Amino acid sequence: MPVTTTKPTSEAVAAGVPPRRRRRWKGATPYLLILPAVLLELLIHIVPMIVGIWMSFIQLTQFFIANWSQAPSAGLGNYKIAVDFSSPIGRALLHSFTVSCLYTLIVVGLAWLFGMSAAAVLQHGFRGRGGLRTLFLVPYALPIYAGVITWSFMFQRDNGLVNHVLVSNLHLLNDPPFWLIGNNAFVSMAVVALWRSWPFAFLMIMAGMQSIPDEVYQAAAVDGAGIWQQLRYITLGMLRPVNVVLVLMLFLWTFNDFNTPFVLFGPTPPQSADLISIHIYDNSFVNWNFGLGSAMSVLLLLFLLVVTGAYLLVTNRRSRRA
Amino acid sequence: MHEPRSFRLFRVVVVVGLGLFTIVPLYVMVTSALKPLGDVQGDFRWWPSHPTFRPFIDMWSTVPLARYFVNSLVVSVTATAFSVLIAIFAAYAVSRYRFMGRRPFTGAVLATQMFPGILFLLPLFLIFVNIDKQLGFTFVYQTRVGLIVTYLTFSLPFSIWMLASYLDGIPRELDEAARVDGCRTLGTLFRVVLPAARPGVIAVAVYAFMTSWGEILFASQMTNDATKTLSIGLQNYSTQINVYWNQVMAASLVVSLPVVIAFLFLQKYLVAGLTSGSVK
Repeated sequence: MPVTTTKPTSEAVAAGVPPRRRRRWKGATPYLLILPAVLLELLIHIVPMIVGIWMSFIQLTQFFIANWSQAPSAGLGNYKIAVDFSSPIGRALLHSFTVSCLYTLIVVGLAWLFGMSAAAVLQHGFRGRGGLRTLFLVPYALPIYAGVITWSFMFQRDNGLVNHVLVSNLHLLNDPPFWLIGNNAFVSMAVVALWRSWPFAFLMIMAGMQSIPDEVYQAAAVDGAGIWQQLRYITLGMLRPVNVVLVLMLFLWTFNDFNTPFVLFGPTPPQSADLISIHIYDNSFVNWNFGLGSAMSVLLLLFLLVVTGAYLLVTNRRSRRA
Repeated sequence: MHEPRSFRLFRVVVVVGLGLFTIVPLYVMVTSALKPLGDVQGDFRWWPSHPTFRPFIDMWSTVPLARYFVNSLVVSVTATAFSVLIAIFAAYAVSRYRFMGRRPFTGAVLATQMFPGILFLLPLFLIFVNIDKQLGFTFVYQTRVGLIVTYLTFSLPFSIWMLASYLDGIPRELDEAARVDGCRTLGTLFRVVLPAARPGVIAVAVYAFMTSWGEILFASQMTNDATKTLSIGLQNYSTQINVYWNQVMAASLVVSLPVVIAFLFLQKYLVAGLTSGSVK
């Protein structure tokens, strides 16, 4: 459609519209092209972010959700409640933060290790390489909920695969444990998240490895470096820029993970699996206190910005020195 | 090249370990979808006692799966179409023009991708509720329209990024030739550049579709019984007291197959697009 509408104007330009007007129009073209994207980003991301910050300073309880202009100001009240670690609400937030940190550390660390190992093994061609690569990508391609629901079936106490293997096949345990409640819930959640996220690490590292020229390896081989040394000194070194970005992305996704606990446990996960995103979600939608939820969201955003900023600063400085 | 025994052993451990880790859940999903109900209620069985396709038929009547399916399809297809179109415009601008604000634009767009969804959910919820209140009728809150608008922005950042780097690989001489032949901006874009960028556009469309098809957080609050999508429908289905796991697995398989097949077919383009930003 746009093609036909622009045709006549282009002929008009050729027919003798002054060139100056045409140049000015040309300057506007890129802005017109990005306009829809900018408007949508404003509407769905930037404006809500500003509104969210404003919300954190008002008493936005259930009575005021449909008439927000009437909500009384709370000053820093919501923030004070959120970080008062002697009260139940503050203590619960601190607990959730600790759980998220531990979860992130384990999942990101292992996801990177798995991805790196698989990429290193598949780097040198052998039979079945293409098939394995495809298989490893399936968990990443699957809709999140389909994968997590399958795991939730596997973790069922009485009819799940995990207990069947542990109790009936391997005889490691006598009593089938519960995997989706209590402290085991944390383990289950981490396993599921790892299953989903390591293929992404694998994908990125594979792509990074392809950009390392073969000559570097050949030169190292001539110098007598074995395969392990090549991996340690060449591959890891040359992958640094990829790893810096990869670890940051994994960190942000894992720390803010909502999907894994929500699909495994529903809106109220066990204490041990109370990640920060679902904790804020609970505090907002179960108690309908949006002001407090927003204050917690803003605190989360500040934390993420500080960590990301510090991370980029440290990694940049180190790469400049090297 | 000579490979020491330690490396060969390492390879076996990695391939077997990660292979099993990856494949076991997929195996469980496929085989359990073929089990009669009795097989998924008692102790776990590795193989169906007598394989049956009943779960694939029954699943449509146990929960309103067809309704979830239609909702997901409508929302995902519409969001994908708009997202791809808007991304094409923006990516063309980023790839072909040097304009003031180009770098801030690409930077800001990518940065929003990194913020936690919960940050946007509460304000958007409030904004949607109040828009509807002002309008006097339900327009965006818990409707397909609201979900479509939200979802299309989720895939926009990566789509712009992926398409822009794909367009960078298409020679500018092509644009210039089209201009000489009398095409203007949109004519050049749609008649000449896009046909050459078809694999990139398809990859972006698959990515956008996958994003909407799998979204959970916003769907959990921004839908009601009539507009519920598959992600929330299946999640509810699987956390009931008495779960028909064979049907849940059959449903999971059915909703996964299209996206997994599309992903694997377009692997080459998607992987190149997803990784281009960080590897460069």
